Amino acid sequence: MFFNEDFETLPREALRALQLKRLKAMVARVQESVPFYQEALKKADVNADSITSLEDLSRLPFTYKQDMRDSYPYRMFAVPMEEIVRIHASSGTTGKPTVVGYTKKDIENWSELMARSFVAAGVNRGDIIHNAYGYGLFTGGLGAHYGAERLGASVIPMSGGNTKKQIMIMQDFGSTVLTCTPSYSLFMAEAAKEEGIDFRELKLKVGIFGAEPWSEEMRADIEAKLNLTAVDIYGLSEIMGPGVAIECHQAKKGLHIWEDHFIPEIINPETGEVLGEGEEGELVITTITKEGIPLIRYRTRDITSLTYEPCVCGRTHARITRMSGRSDDMLIIRGVNVFPSQIESILMSVEGVEPHYLLIVDRKENLDTLEVQVEVGEHLFSDEIKHLQALSQRIEKQIKEMLGVTSRVRLVEPKSIARSEGKAKRVIDNRKKA
Amino acid sequence: MHVEQISIFIENKFGRLAEVTRILGDAGINIRTLSLADTSDFGILRLIVNDTEKAKSVLKERGFTVSKTEVVAVEIPDRPGGLADILQALDADGINVEYMYAFVERCGENAVMIFRFDETAKAISTLTGKGFQILPGERLYNI
Repeated sequence: MFFNEDFETLPREALRALQLKRLKAMVARVQESVPFYQEALKKADVNADSITSLEDLSRLPFTYKQDMRDSYPYRMFAVPMEEIVRIHASSGTTGKPTVVGYTKKDIENWSELMARSFVAAGVNRGDIIHNAYGYGLFTGGLGAHYGAERLGASVIPMSGGNTKKQIMIMQDFGSTVLTCTPSYSLFMAEAAKEEGIDFRELKLKVGIFGAEPWSEEMRADIEAKLNLTAVDIYGLSEIMGPGVAIECHQAKKGLHIWEDHFIPEIINPETGEVLGEGEEGELVITTITKEGIPLIRYRTRDITSLTYEPCVCGRTHARITRMSGRSDDMLIIRGVNVFPSQIESILMSVEGVEPHYLLIVDRKENLDTLEVQVEVGEHLFSDEIKHLQALSQRIEKQIKEMLGVTSRVRLVEPKSIARSEGKAKRVIDNRKKA
Repeated sequence: MHVEQISIFIENKFGRLAEVTRILGDAGINIRTLSLADTSDFGILRLIVNDTEKAKSVLKERGFTVSKTEVVAVEIPDRPGGLADILQALDADGINVEYMYAFVERCGENAVMIFRFDETAKAISTLTGKGFQILPGERLYNI
């Protein structure tokens, strides 16, 4: 089953020809309309006309998250605001988010790619999709929602949180598809068990899980506890949102990246050199159909590899392997992107806090936990417990408000956090990685 | 009229209390009384010692977070209702007790309680006005 068979099974030669045509058109657009790219392309001495093959892609400059931050909020947009119909944002490292804008056509494309992703995962029009990705500035909720509607399935716009209600709705409404983070699916299954509800008895048959890294072991665990087929989905707001790539339910081996809209490359994150098929490195994506905010060679910081081997499902689009890590220090905590520097700036805004802190990330009962250790120096110390507890709570509240992630602040003695001469160790991640 | 107390931040970790008391012992400092307030993560050790300044400096040298707090030592008649009388007098004047603990030694026939008030000066005047005995620091450090 395909949503758009012609494009999803396009022979590779035709697919590459289409990519080249779209790449040239995109570069032509941004060199006209985005000052940032005007300058970057000039510096790299490339323009739309000088691109004659896909190999020329490696001559194009990279785009970094920092470039988007520097262009806050709208300066990377390639169309006037009249053309923009939706704005999303993801958290940034300095409190300012990364902003993306979509034209009507962008939303249509995104909806189609998400609909394709649903079908690849084994979902069809008759399904009831329980969408527990967060709705709002985060792309997860609305991205999956529009894709579900485009497919013609029934979508329940649950958003995140309120686990008891989620379980009740899933049971009463007969949801057949669940979309959320993998860890939240396990959390819900545990919570249901406590209520005397066996998730395996529910009508769920497919789970589409993403927004955080997970392992094959976790897939096996989820499939056993929820009695469904669990597939991995990949996306990031800078590129589009969910639905950039997805595993097909037939193979569940690598995520098909929709190559008629995105050109993936794997590079050595240190040197920028393009790596070959099967080699592990940083995923770089060029958006070739985006109108609102097209990106050339965007550095995702996700570590993976690419394969062009034919897949049993019949799709001709390349597959990326499960993300194995990051080439920067970003943490994904319950699906929320958190940079240690963001927590640092929150801590520094509290009077008396010294720049010695340690983040301990763990996974307890299937939910990520974040502990923030803060040293209590003389300026923070109070002889009364209530003042110290109020301090912890104030920091926890600020982290929640600024970053949307729940944390637990632990006050520790001065000098108890190891000092290091080079790069300070700020994070201990005890979660099992893929 | 007040008494100097030192407060030390201690993580809820094995051996921390032993270390603090060992440091003080090695410096020849005598602990007159103490109390420990604790949470699951940390505690605050409050001490009255015979040499507050020295205790503070030796602990600071060893990296502890230490502060000096003013508390009030009040003599309490050792009979039923002795403490209640004092608390009632404070209550009547709207004075809050942040925390309190007992001094280990007696002063003559009376017990001694250490109080931390939200308004120290007002508390002292209320108590002396009602005829309660306040013990100055110098007497307490050497009882």
